[in-house]
Amino acid sequence: MSAPQPAVQLTGITKRFPGVVANSDVNLTVAKGEVHAVCGENGAGKSTLMKILYGMQQPDEGDIAINGEPVKLRNPQDAINAGIGMVHQHFMLADNLTVGENVFLGAEKLHGIGRAARAKLAELAGRVGLHARPDALLEELGVADRQRVEIVKVLYRGARIIILDEPTAVLVPQEVEALFETVRAMKKDGFTFLFISHKLDEVRAIADTVTVIRRGTTVGTADPKTITSRQLAEMMVGSELPSPETRESTVTDRPVLRLDDVCLRVEGSERNVLDHISFTVHAGEVLGIAGVEGNGQTELVETIMGMRKGGGRIELTEADGEVVELHKLGTLARREAGIGYIAEDRTRHSLLLTQPLWVNRILGYQTREPVAKGQLLDIVGAREDTRRIVAQYDVRTPGIDVPAAALSGGNQQKLIVGRELSGDPVLLIASHPTRGVDVGAQALIWEQIRRARAAGLAVLLVSADLDELIGLSDTIQVMLRGRLVGEADPATVTPQELGSAMTGASESEEGVA
Amino acid sequence: MSSWRTRLLPPLLAIVFAVILTAIALIISGADPLQAYGTMIGQLFKGSTAVDTVNLATVYYLSGLAVAIGFQMNLFNIGVEGQYRFAAIVTAIIGGALRLPPVIHVLAILVVAVASGMLYAAIPAVLKVTRGVSEVISTIMLNAIVGGIVAFLVNADQFGVQTGNNIATREIAETGRIPGIPILSGELFGFVFIAALIGAAYWFMLNRTRFGFELKASGESTTAAAAGGVNAKKMTLIAMLLSGGVAGLVAMPELLGRDFSYGITSTQMYGFTGIAVALLGRNHPAGIALGALLWAFLDRSAVSLEQINVSKEIATIMQGVIVLSVVIAYEIVRRADLAAEQRRVGRALAGKGSSVSEGGAV
Amino acid sequence: MTTNVLSPDTSGATMPVKPPKRRIPGWLKGAIWGLLAVGVLAIASYATGVNTLTSTNTAHTALRLALPILLCALGGLWAERAGVINIGLEGMMILGTWGAAWGAYHGGVWAGLISAVVFGALGGLLHAVATVTFNVNHIVSGVAINLLGLGVAKYLANLVFTPLSGNPRQSPPVPKFDTYSATFLSDWLSDLERMQRVFVSDLAGILNGLVTEVAPLTMIAIALVPLSYLVLWRTRFGLRLRSCGENPVAAESLGVNVYLHKYVAMIISGGLAGMGGASLVLLAGGADYLENQTNNRGYIGLAAMIFGNWRPGGLLGGAALFGYADGLQLAGGGTAVLALLYGAVILLAVLVAVQLFRRQWIASALGVVGAGLLYAIYWTNDDLPSDLIPYTAHFVTLIVLAVASQRLRPPKADGALYRRGED
Repeated sequence: MSAPQPAVQLTGITKRFPGVVANSDVNLTVAKGEVHAVCGENGAGKSTLMKILYGMQQPDEGDIAINGEPVKLRNPQDAINAGIGMVHQHFMLADNLTVGENVFLGAEKLHGIGRAARAKLAELAGRVGLHARPDALLEELGVADRQRVEIVKVLYRGARIIILDEPTAVLVPQEVEALFETVRAMKKDGFTFLFISHKLDEVRAIADTVTVIRRGTTVGTADPKTITSRQLAEMMVGSELPSPETRESTVTDRPVLRLDDVCLRVEGSERNVLDHISFTVHAGEVLGIAGVEGNGQTELVETIMGMRKGGGRIELTEADGEVVELHKLGTLARREAGIGYIAEDRTRHSLLLTQPLWVNRILGYQTREPVAKGQLLDIVGAREDTRRIVAQYDVRTPGIDVPAAALSGGNQQKLIVGRELSGDPVLLIASHPTRGVDVGAQALIWEQIRRARAAGLAVLLVSADLDELIGLSDTIQVMLRGRLVGEADPATVTPQELGSAMTGASESEEGVA
Repeated sequence: MSSWRTRLLPPLLAIVFAVILTAIALIISGADPLQAYGTMIGQLFKGSTAVDTVNLATVYYLSGLAVAIGFQMNLFNIGVEGQYRFAAIVTAIIGGALRLPPVIHVLAILVVAVASGMLYAAIPAVLKVTRGVSEVISTIMLNAIVGGIVAFLVNADQFGVQTGNNIATREIAETGRIPGIPILSGELFGFVFIAALIGAAYWFMLNRTRFGFELKASGESTTAAAAGGVNAKKMTLIAMLLSGGVAGLVAMPELLGRDFSYGITSTQMYGFTGIAVALLGRNHPAGIALGALLWAFLDRSAVSLEQINVSKEIATIMQGVIVLSVVIAYEIVRRADLAAEQRRVGRALAGKGSSVSEGGAV
Repeated sequence: MTTNVLSPDTSGATMPVKPPKRRIPGWLKGAIWGLLAVGVLAIASYATGVNTLTSTNTAHTALRLALPILLCALGGLWAERAGVINIGLEGMMILGTWGAAWGAYHGGVWAGLISAVVFGALGGLLHAVATVTFNVNHIVSGVAINLLGLGVAKYLANLVFTPLSGNPRQSPPVPKFDTYSATFLSDWLSDLERMQRVFVSDLAGILNGLVTEVAPLTMIAIALVPLSYLVLWRTRFGLRLRSCGENPVAAESLGVNVYLHKYVAMIISGGLAGMGGASLVLLAGGADYLENQTNNRGYIGLAAMIFGNWRPGGLLGGAALFGYADGLQLAGGGTAVLALLYGAVILLAVLVAVQLFRRQWIASALGVVGAGLLYAIYWTNDDLPSDLIPYTAHFVTLIVLAVASQRLRPPKADGALYRRGED
C-alpha cells in the first residue's frame, strides 16, 4: 500500500516580524483524512503558522504543498481555491447580517445568493447540526451555533482541509463533544483537520497525530494515544510546568466584599444577565468564579467596578471596619475605596497603548498619591513609582518612556498587576489575569497574588483556565446563566466535575430552539 | 516618545507639499509661482502687514485652542464658529450698554464673552450627553442658526445702531477697550498677552492636572478611561463647555482692540480656521501658535496677489491642501516611528537581562 | 452521519433564538406615516387658515429643496454602509455645483449633470485616499475636504466665471432642466385642491406639487432610493460593500477586497453629493452657481440619514421632512412656519396620548411641556422674526435629532480605521 500524498506539507517555514521571529524552520506533514493537532503555548507561533497556511501572511522562507502540489498562498482566496478552510478562534462574523449573508459573503459566484444558495446552505447546516433560519440575524445566535455557521462557511466554499483554531475555547464540555462527533463523522467522508489547541486532554481525545511547536519552531511529532499529557506538556514548555498549588490557608473571617441580590438586565432583553447574585469574599481569601464565557462573569466584574449599573447592594469593608456602599459610587470612587482591577482585555481596559509606561501608571490612580496631589499630577512621583514596579515585577523594558504597545503581553500584564497592587488595595479583582501571558510571567503573577493574599488581600478571581482556578482559589463558585449555581472545594474537585456544574448538566433545561 | 522629528516633520512636509501643489495650480492658470510667493512674502514687510498678521494670528490662536480642547478627546467642536459669533454679538450688546470703571469694564466683558460661549456650547453638549446626538451635526446646525440670531439682534428694531450705511451694535465705551501697542506702522492688539496666558493655561491644564490627564485618556481609549474611573459624560460636558468658553474669546481681540462693535458685516469663519490651525499644531499650544501665524500670514498677504492678477483663493486652496496633507503626513510619520520603536525594543531586549536602565527620550 | 447534540443547546450560555417578528413592510409603514403627517397638516391648515401649509407651491418648492438633502443623505448612506463616515459631503456638493454650472454652460444640462457627478466623485476619491489608504480620522478628513472643496470651487469660479459673468461669486446663467407634468392628473388634483375640503384638498395639494413640473433630475434622484436598496441589499456587490461596514476583518478573511469596496463606495458617495449640487444649480427656480448656496445642506442630509436609521426608505422620510421645512419657509414665510408650529403641537398631542397609553410618564410629561411651549410661541406671535425664518430647516433638524433617538443601528464598523492584515 503506497503512501498517498500528504494533504498538507509545510517545509522550512520561517516568518519574521519587527523585533521577533514568529516561525523558524517549521516542518509539518498532515496526512489525508486525519485529525492533526498542532500544540504549543500562547505565543509559540501556532497562530502565525496557520495564518500562513490560510494565506493571511506570507512566509519569508519555506514551501507549502497541498495534496502533493506546491502552491503559493498569497491571500485567503488562494487558500480557499486550494481547498483550505479556516474556522477562526474569534469568529469572523457580522452581527447585523443574516446567517445566509454571512455564509454567502465572498462566495457569491458559487451558488449566487438566492434560492440555490439557500438550498446548499440548508444541506450543509443539517450536516453540522445548525438549526437556524437563513434569514436570522447573526446576533440572535448563541456561541455554539455561531461556530457551526463558521464551519458551514468553510464547507460551503468546498474546503476539504479544515483548520480549527482553538475551537473549544468558548465551548462547554458537552458542546466540545458535539463538535468532536461532527469532526469524526466528517473524517469518514475524507475531510482533513488541523486542530490548533493547547488543551492537552482534548488533543488526546480527538487527534490522530500531534505536532508540538515551541518558540516558533517544531519540537516534535507524536502519537497522542501513546504519549502522556505530562510528556506532551513538557515538549510544549520545555522546562518545569508552573504548579498552581496553594499552601496553607490564609482565609480570615473578616468580610471584605459583599454582594447582596445583585441583578443586571440588558436593554431590550427580559433575561437577567446577573440574576440575584450574592456572595462574600473575606480578607485573605481567593474566591474563584468558574463558568463558561458568556454566562455573566464579565458583566459581574464590570458591575462591581461600576462600569455597568445594576440593582442590589455591593459593599466594601475597609481595613478599619468602615463599610462603603459601592453601589452608590462611580468607578473612580470605587477604585479610591481600595479596589485593584486587572481587566480581562488589557489593551481595551487597562492600558493607553501609545502612552509611555509612566503615564499608564497614572491611569486609575489620577487622584491619589504617589502619582497625584489633589487636582494636579505628580510627574516625578509617577516616574519613580513606575521604576519601582518595573524592578519589583520584572517588567522587561528598556525604560519607562517606552509606549505600552511596545511591550509583550506578559510584560504589559506584569506592569498592570504591579500598578493594581500598588494602591494597597483591600480587594483585587482579577479577570483572566494570565490570559495571553507567557509562562514565566504567569508564574510571577500567581506568586504576587499569593503574597498579597497572605498579607490579607481579598481576591475575586475570574478565569477560564480551570487549573489556574483550582490552583489559586480557596473557594470556587460556579456561574451559569447569570446565577451562582454551586460551590466547589478546590482541594477535592476535578476539572470534569467542575465542567459539568458549569454546563448545568444536572439541571433540567428549557428547550431552546 | 514624541521627538522633535515626529512633531515638526509632518507640518513641514505638508507645507512643502502644499507649496508645490499650488505652484502647479498657479502655472496652470498662467501665473508665475515664484512671483506670486515673492509678492506674498514681500507684502510682509510693507506697511502694517506684519503687525496685522500677528493680530490675526491672535484670533486664530484662540480659535485653535478652543477646538483643540475638544480634539483631545475626539470631540469635534466644529461649533466654535457659532459659539464665537454668538458670544461676539451678545458681548458687544452688553458691553456697549455697560457703564463701568476701566479695568472692571473689560473684565466684565470678558466674563460675559466666556459665559455666552459656554452657553451656546452647552446646547450640543447636553444633546450629546443626554440624547446621543452627534455633536458634529448639532454644532453645524447651530453655526448656521447663529447667522440668523446675529441678523435678528443687530436689526435696528432690537439692538442695532445705524451709523451711516452700516448697522452694528452700540459702540463699547473707552473704559471697555483694550489698548494696543503701536509697532512699526500698525497697532498690536493688547489681547496678544491674554492669548498667550490662555495658551500657557491650556498647556498646564493638559499636562499637569488630573482633568487634562482624563481628557487625553478619553481621547485615546474610551474603554480604558472608563475602567480607569473617568466619567465619560462628565468629561464630554466639561470639555465642550471649556471649548465654548475659550471660543467665546475669539472675537474679543478685534472687538476690544479695533472695532468696538459687532455687525452683520463683521468677520466670520474664524471658527473653521481654528480647526485647521489645531490640526496643524497637533493640539499643542506652541504648534497651534505657529499654525496660527502661518494661516494669518497666508490670509493677510494673499490680498497682495491681486496686484499681480492672481486669484487670492490660491491661499484658500493652499490652506485646504495643508490641512489634508498634514493629517496624512502625521499618519505616515507615526507608522514609521512605531515600526522603528518596535525594532528598537526588540533589539534592546534580545539577550538583555532584567536590568532596567532609565529610558532615554526617543 | 448525524451529528448529535446531547440535548438541544445544552450550553446555558446561548440565548434563545427569538421568534420571527411579523413586520409591517417598510413601504406600508412609510405610507402610513405620510398620511398621518398630511392629516396633521390638514388640521393645522384648517385651524389656522394658512393654506400654504399644503399648497401645491409649497410642495413643489419642498420637493426641489429636498433633493440636495436626499442626494446627500444617499451619499452618506453609501459611504457609511461601507464603514466610512463622510462629513465632507458639503465640500463634494460644492464641487458639484461648480461642475454643474461649468458643464451646463458649455454643454447643456446633461453635460452639467455628468460634470457635477464627476466633480463630486473626485472629492469622494480624495476622502477615500485619506481615510482608507492613510487611515486619517474620518471626521478630520471630511472637514478638510469641506475646506478644500470650498476653496477650489471659489478659485475655479474666479478663474472661469469672472470673465463670463463679471462676478466671481456667481456663474453666468446656465440652462435648466425642462420640466414635465402629468397634466391629466394635475388638473384633477388642482380641482380637488380648489374645493377646499379638509384633508382631501390638502392631500391633493401636496400630491399636485409632486407631479407637476418635475424635472428628469428629480425623477432620477427619487429612483435612486429604491435602486440603492436593491443594490445594497439584493446584490452580491452590495453584500460585500455592507460587510466592509459591519466587519471588515471578517470580510477580508473571506476574500473581499475591503479597500476596493470602500473606494468604490466613496466615489459613489461623492458622486451623489455632486448630483446634489447639480440639483441646486440645474433646476428651474434654483440659482446658478452661487457662492454659499449649499447652506449646510450636506449636513442636513447626514441628519436625514441618521434619522432614517441608515436605511434608504427612512432617509427618504428624513429628507422629505427637512425638505418640507425648508420649502415651507421659502414659499410661505413666517406665517406658514407659525402654522407649522401649530401642527407640531397637534402631533405632540398625539404622541403624548400614545406615551400615556404606554405608561411612559416622563416622556409624556416632556411632550406636554414641549407642546405648551410651542403653543405659547404660536399664540403670542403673528409672525416670526424674518431673520430666523431661513433657518427653519436647521431648527427642525436639531429638534428632530434630539427627539427622535430611537434604537439607532449604525453599521457596526462605521468610522473604524481599518488596516489590512491587522486583527
